[in-house]
Amino acid sequence: MTGFPILSLMLLVPLLGALACLFLEAKAARTVALLATLVDLVLGIALWMNFDVGGAQWQFTERLNIFSGFTYALGIDGIALLLIMLSVFLMPICIGASRSIEKRVGEYMAAFLLVEVFMLGVFMAQDMYLFYMFFEAGLIPMYLIIGIWGGADRIYASYKFFLYTLLGSVLMLVAMLWMVHTAGTSDIPTLMAYDFDPHVQTWLWLAFFASFAVKMPMWPVHTWLPAAHVQAPTGGSVILAGVLLKMGGYGFIRFSLPMFPEASVYFGPLVWGLSMAAVVITSLIALVQSDMKKLIAYSSVAHMAIVTIGLFAFNVQGLEGSMLVMLSHGLVAGALFLCVGVIYDRLHTREISRYGGLAINMPRYAVFFLLFTMASIGLPGTSGFVGEFLSLGGIYQVSTWTALICTTGIILGAAYMLYLYRRVVFGEQKNADAAAMPDLDARELAMVIPLALAALWMGVYPESFIAPMRADIAALDARLARAKPAGDSAPTPGKAKPAHEEAAAHGGSH
Amino acid sequence: MDWSHSLRLIAPEETLSIAGLILLLIAAWGGDKASRLISILAVTALVGAAFLVAPALCGGHMGPDYSAFFGQVHADAFSAFGKILIYLSAAATLVVAPAFFERLGAMRAEFPILVIFAAVGSGMMVSAGDLLALYIGLEMNSLAAYVLAAFVRTDGRSAEAGLKYFVLGALASGILLFGMSLTYGFTGTTSFAGINAALSGGLSNGALFGIVFMLAGLAFKISAVPFHMWTPDVYEGAPTPVTKFFATSGKVAAIGLTMRVMLDAFGDQSDAWRQIIVFVALASIVVGALGAIGQKNIKRLMAYSSINNVGFILVGLAAANPQGASAMLFYLVIYVAMTVAGFVTVLMLRDENGENVEEIGQYAGLSRTRPGLAAALAFVMFSLAGIPPMFGFWGKFLVFKAAVDANMMPLAAIGFAASVIGAFYYLKVVKVIYFDEPVDAIKWKSDVWHKAILGVTCLFISPLGYLLSGWLQGLTDTAATALFHTL
Repeated sequence: MTGFPILSLMLLVPLLGALACLFLEAKAARTVALLATLVDLVLGIALWMNFDVGGAQWQFTERLNIFSGFTYALGIDGIALLLIMLSVFLMPICIGASRSIEKRVGEYMAAFLLVEVFMLGVFMAQDMYLFYMFFEAGLIPMYLIIGIWGGADRIYASYKFFLYTLLGSVLMLVAMLWMVHTAGTSDIPTLMAYDFDPHVQTWLWLAFFASFAVKMPMWPVHTWLPAAHVQAPTGGSVILAGVLLKMGGYGFIRFSLPMFPEASVYFGPLVWGLSMAAVVITSLIALVQSDMKKLIAYSSVAHMAIVTIGLFAFNVQGLEGSMLVMLSHGLVAGALFLCVGVIYDRLHTREISRYGGLAINMPRYAVFFLLFTMASIGLPGTSGFVGEFLSLGGIYQVSTWTALICTTGIILGAAYMLYLYRRVVFGEQKNADAAAMPDLDARELAMVIPLALAALWMGVYPESFIAPMRADIAALDARLARAKPAGDSAPTPGKAKPAHEEAAAHGGSH
Repeated sequence: MDWSHSLRLIAPEETLSIAGLILLLIAAWGGDKASRLISILAVTALVGAAFLVAPALCGGHMGPDYSAFFGQVHADAFSAFGKILIYLSAAATLVVAPAFFERLGAMRAEFPILVIFAAVGSGMMVSAGDLLALYIGLEMNSLAAYVLAAFVRTDGRSAEAGLKYFVLGALASGILLFGMSLTYGFTGTTSFAGINAALSGGLSNGALFGIVFMLAGLAFKISAVPFHMWTPDVYEGAPTPVTKFFATSGKVAAIGLTMRVMLDAFGDQSDAWRQIIVFVALASIVVGALGAIGQKNIKRLMAYSSINNVGFILVGLAAANPQGASAMLFYLVIYVAMTVAGFVTVLMLRDENGENVEEIGQYAGLSRTRPGLAAALAFVMFSLAGIPPMFGFWGKFLVFKAAVDANMMPLAAIGFAASVIGAFYYLKVVKVIYFDEPVDAIKWKSDVWHKAILGVTCLFISPLGYLLSGWLQGLTDTAATALFHTL
């Protein structure tokens, strides 16, 4: 399959689908959008099958000099592959979740497919400016999705989303201009190996941080997220939580860490501090929410903080863990928003108190909701456990205090998720209309079952997901080695066997 | 350097001038009935003139061989670049103008002729090599422009716009002349090459004052802060096709002229004027963006947007090197395309009586009643805001890249951050046309010419524009090199 431009094809299919949807009737547009995303899923699976684990770092590379100033250069490594898989996996589900959209269906589907194009482009781009264009371009369709199909307060949320993320990104662009000016190339793999002056790194790191921290989102610049989530339609929330948030994490792992290792270590404590604050504060905020979507949105911020501490643990466990948290959160938060969407479609309210006792009339729904709740808490055997455990194990080696405080997030996470579940699914059937809601239908089952299977797969056999990225994480770890902080936990390696992955587990349990 | 060579070099200007005079005769005999015919002939003349100057650009003409009348006028690649933009946007103005004026009963045969003469003046501005040629070109453009601004005699706003433009334009010309006289007094010459040579030994205080006053006068013409006050009133009051003409041809001419003066005549003194340009650029970006936020009239909004854009263009001037000049030219091309698309859309937005709708609130829900027009307006707005993948992003990118490469990081950082303020009001327009409930005020079906111009310009500012970026970059680089090789 070498030489076949599969990455370009994956961008082209949704793009053509989007153009077609603009001119189609509602029903036809739904079919076209579903087909386009399914074709992309098939292409994604083909991509994974053909990805040579342990082969070259950058695979499926394409390079076309058709523009001045930047190159149309695509290519992926294991990290990008996994995030691409996540995107193409979630997209058909998002389209399926948009059945309740009735106005301007063609435009809606077109906007979604454009989001997919730009998301995939972000993960595929090998030219810094091309990356920036994809990164920013996603704002336009997302702005329209929130603004046109969102809830009551959609205008405010759409502005906030757009301007917050734009302000972060323009600072990053200035830093990019300087880097390209200094290094003489905009090729990302070359820049990842380029050593910038450590003093300048500080400024560059801050500029990139401004962008990625907003996208991530990190406390205290997370406030756009609850607003956008609550107002976005279900499909929009799924894709926002599932993939768009991962762009921030991907940015850290692709740019900030390998390009500015010294600055990353220098600012490590800042990131830890913000992450600790995020875990505790947003978990407590989530605990008192009366709106289901808002609750899950705040829980996303808390989970993303686990991602950032994993990234800034500067070791293999932390980095792999944060990647797994990102993948798992993509599946689980997406699934939770879907679960909210399912009952929202029936009762048209997100008020928790309007529901109750759903286990009686919606047993199947209760089972799946429980599974995703547990995965969100991080129960062993679900996807949430593996990533959180590795991340926390990674940070424990560097900063025990950070590990301690962030681990409270797991407890608080259990508290707000179980509390939510108890109020919605258990208890008495207080409201007659909620008690009369029908259980999941075939379409909804078709959406939640793949998500449930994927979450279990990742929890039971994470090796499938760690294997493609192992070499890339190791390379990143080697790159960070020269600046790595000493750490305060002094973990002692076990005596018996040569250490492999379980080393993290040992470190964490001391 | 013989006269015949010089005359050959200015063939485009001659063509247009003669065409203008002939059309004037036709107008005198044919009257207003002939205005359609005159418009068509004028468009032909402008497009023909654009073809006449094209070889100078494509062939990369530069240096003394392409300098006419002992350095008074340069017919090099730089002026060719400016002239093509000017002539084509003037032609686009003439294509959309009749539909606008005929409804008001204000179509006169003189309109295309005035546009032609203004275009000739604009062309002279970008090719000037001497203070005198500069001033003649400037006044030739301005005198036609004052009349054009007041062209709808029955409309009070139009008359007001013409008067304001005249009074303030005359004031600006006065300031510019004062600066020119100081420069002449302290250097003893009016030619740009001579001024440059005379200043090579060092800058005297008097000459510095000359630079400052000339910059002030030029800032008036390009409507940069703090000399921008006339712009919103004139843009709002002038008939829409004329506003479009000012915002495109007029802007290109004034920016080209500023580049000639600053980079040719005072090119070696860039340290003396760079701070001024940095301040003017940032102030224009910020004031243009903030001023636009409260606007309810689309033409006033576009006026503030043009102030904002001039700020971005001046960022390239602050770099004061060929890369910066090339970035400015690239930005100008995209800016002209965006502005043409924007004003053509405004011209197409009419109610059932054909009355132009300029109130932004009346565009509510346009995306549902007129999806094509709404998409075009959204393209323009996102492009003006510089959001990738729209082509408008690339212009901003290039000027800031030039600034960063010239080690002006703070300028780039502040300028870019300020561009976010601008994004707010562009988003507001998109919000109105896409998010709000339809009021269904727009009923008019426009003719095919409007649609053709809009289609071409929208395709250009869409992501497809990047496919042309390599070709355009080559042209702007040639033009910028020519600008630095006139001496």
